[in-house]
Amino acid sequence: MNLNVLWFILLGLLLTGYAILDGFDLGVGILHLAVKNDCDRRILMNSIGPLWDGNEVWLVTFGGALFAAFPIVYATVFSGFYTAFMVLLFALIFRAVSMEFRSKHDSASWRSFWDVSFCLASGLATLLFGVAVGNAMRGMPIGPDMEYHGAFLDLLHPYALLVGLFAVATFAMHGSIYLYLKTEGDLQRRIHEWMWRTFGIFLVFYLFTTIYTLVDIPAATANFRLHPAAWGVVGLNVLAIANIPRAIHQQRPGYAFFSSCATIAALTFLFGVALFPDLVHSTLNPDWSLTVYNAASSHKTLSIMATIAALGMPFVLAYTSVVYWVFRGKVQLGTLSY
Amino acid sequence: MDLSVLTLSRFQFALTIMFHYLFPPLSIGLGGILVIMEAMYLKTGRLEYEAMTKFWTKIFAVNFAMGVASGIVMEFEFGTNWATYSRFVGDVFGSALAAEGIFAFFLESGFLAVLIFGWDRVSVRTHFFSTCMVAVGAFFSSIWIVIANSWQQTPAGFHIVGQGLGARAEITDFRAMVFNPSSIHRLAHTVIGAYILAAFFVMSITAYYILKGRHMNFAKKSFTIGLIVATVASLAEPISGDLQGRTVAQTQPAKLAAMEAVFRTGEGPTPLYLFGQPDPSEQQVKYGVAIPGLLSYLAYGDAHKPVAGLDRVPQRDWPPVAVTFHAFHIMVWLGALFVVLTLVGTYFRWRGTIFEKRWLLWMFVLAVPLPYAANQFGWMTAEVGRQPWVVYGLLRTSDALSKAVAANQVLGSIIMFIVIYALLFVVWVFVLDSKIKHGPDEVGAVPAAAVRGGVLGIAGLRAGTGGASLTETDKAKKKG
Repeated sequence: MNLNVLWFILLGLLLTGYAILDGFDLGVGILHLAVKNDCDRRILMNSIGPLWDGNEVWLVTFGGALFAAFPIVYATVFSGFYTAFMVLLFALIFRAVSMEFRSKHDSASWRSFWDVSFCLASGLATLLFGVAVGNAMRGMPIGPDMEYHGAFLDLLHPYALLVGLFAVATFAMHGSIYLYLKTEGDLQRRIHEWMWRTFGIFLVFYLFTTIYTLVDIPAATANFRLHPAAWGVVGLNVLAIANIPRAIHQQRPGYAFFSSCATIAALTFLFGVALFPDLVHSTLNPDWSLTVYNAASSHKTLSIMATIAALGMPFVLAYTSVVYWVFRGKVQLGTLSY
Repeated sequence: MDLSVLTLSRFQFALTIMFHYLFPPLSIGLGGILVIMEAMYLKTGRLEYEAMTKFWTKIFAVNFAMGVASGIVMEFEFGTNWATYSRFVGDVFGSALAAEGIFAFFLESGFLAVLIFGWDRVSVRTHFFSTCMVAVGAFFSSIWIVIANSWQQTPAGFHIVGQGLGARAEITDFRAMVFNPSSIHRLAHTVIGAYILAAFFVMSITAYYILKGRHMNFAKKSFTIGLIVATVASLAEPISGDLQGRTVAQTQPAKLAAMEAVFRTGEGPTPLYLFGQPDPSEQQVKYGVAIPGLLSYLAYGDAHKPVAGLDRVPQRDWPPVAVTFHAFHIMVWLGALFVVLTLVGTYFRWRGTIFEKRWLLWMFVLAVPLPYAANQFGWMTAEVGRQPWVVYGLLRTSDALSKAVAANQVLGSIIMFIVIYALLFVVWVFVLDSKIKHGPDEVGAVPAAAVRGGVLGIAGLRAGTGGASLTETDKAKKKG
């Protein structure tokens, strides 16, 4: 395996880490308005309070690593999707400050403003991530100059929108299982209902997205014809999905959450298989695609970065685990909470 | 009005980076000050230091969140608005940015959770360790981003591959890239500047408490810590600035010439302007008062050697002279003011009379915008003085743009940023103001709310800070 492939895999791991971790806190945001009273809303927000910021760092690091390892992809995609990225920034900023400011002032209208903004921003950010994945699966109009030749509205193709909604459904389900683990009493009983509902919605979107992909997105399935072993992951994915309702039914929410994490990991893996060795398929001419080779940094930089990652990531995993351990257990509102 | 993609993108970058840089200096400096405060708590075991650390932690948290939210914008903006630049520098700049993510951001954000929310969950020592890690993380992040910036100012350890706008810089020597000629001095200057800002911030709030007779014990102790940090940092900053100036003289002569509006290379010693109005069209400084030979001395250590002027550089490579000149001079004057102010403060603190000197305390209350301005003007000197290059001598700012982006898109995002940032700024001031009005928790005193609200009040106080009463009404309703 060469360094270019290694960095494709490492970016995939960063993306998986991001989708699993920020996935549940975006999901909690999406569900935020489903509870009505102030105390319950604070519990929802504080279930992710100490963790969301660290989770978002996975995205920031993914962005930095993409910039460093595949600068041409970073430049082409970010400038080509200018407006989409600006809207994403808008959503991420509002999400962050909604949490920070919501409980800092004691007024009902102040709080409902930030509640609504938190929910909408979480939903919008998730939708845009899904739309981005959808567009990456379909391919984009990349010219011989390695630039994007399309318009903002091209991004809102039905397939991309479907994947966007699928992402919202996935994170909502993931978030509701997480919330079930972090709550107790009456609130938890209500969240038990949500788990079933969000799982149902997730399943519908999963089926639609799968069928649409198989029928109409040939670029995404080419690698599966070349490497039939990749179908094994599809099988594991289906098993992980099937395990979610089983675990909920058996009253094993931790196991359900684990299955939900595995589902997300399998989905990002399949996304990686669909792309490789491209990072961006060109719909104009396959030769113009941005690949792990023509869009990469120098061998020297990739190896320096591999060293940085090898030195840094063990620490990252260690203190991420420590922080999750410190904040284990049910949410308790205290003087330090949001 | 010129509404080209270039002008708009430059305006947007200036807007977003200046807004962003309101927050990181306070995080960097206050992180270090929190370490001092909590160390004193650990050493003395006195609860007032605990209350002190907790109060400043809350301020730190709000500020940090603003820094994160406005910081993500910066990371995205390189790609969205400056795609050609991103392709050019990705091999070099990207690895610094990725190192910042892996080494600094994870460290900060992970331990920040323990710092803010972990008081009841971990031991005192573990908590102190987390505080240290947050401060170290903030420092690490300044290291990597300043290295990346310094490389743009004084590129080193690379070679150019490709031609024209397809050219890009590739690393040949990582160590030379990291320790490029300006990184260390710039880092020192930036971090010391951050400590000055944070120390003035602490002094401003606590001087206000002292003047109002509130939280006296807390305020006097915090003020003293702030004063010591501010004095040391203010005295160190000119030394660091001098070292940086010498580097600029060697590596970016056009920038130095613009900072001091040296239009023509003279024969003998070059003067240093105390103030003046540079006029690029007539190539002279109007209404200027200067110290003869001082610039020559500061730049080369030789008061007689003439400083290279802008006439040595083609006019198309000149930075905007007036902006660079004024930004630099305002920064220097503010720095001098900080030295005077902190020395006067230290003198009266040593005499033990500072807390009766109301005029001086008021000066400290009102001084807080000045270090913010000094930090901004310092960066303005560095960044405007680097123009017209985005990577000094290698890539022009005008060539660095995204080709796929149209002017109306940038105009749209500028409007969005102005609206969001104005809103955020107001909310930030409002939240900060309510934190300051609330003040630290009094050690050993009966909480006021407990007197007012009886048992429910105490429960409310435990249940959450500002949020207590709404929560309690909800619960009370349910019970009723």
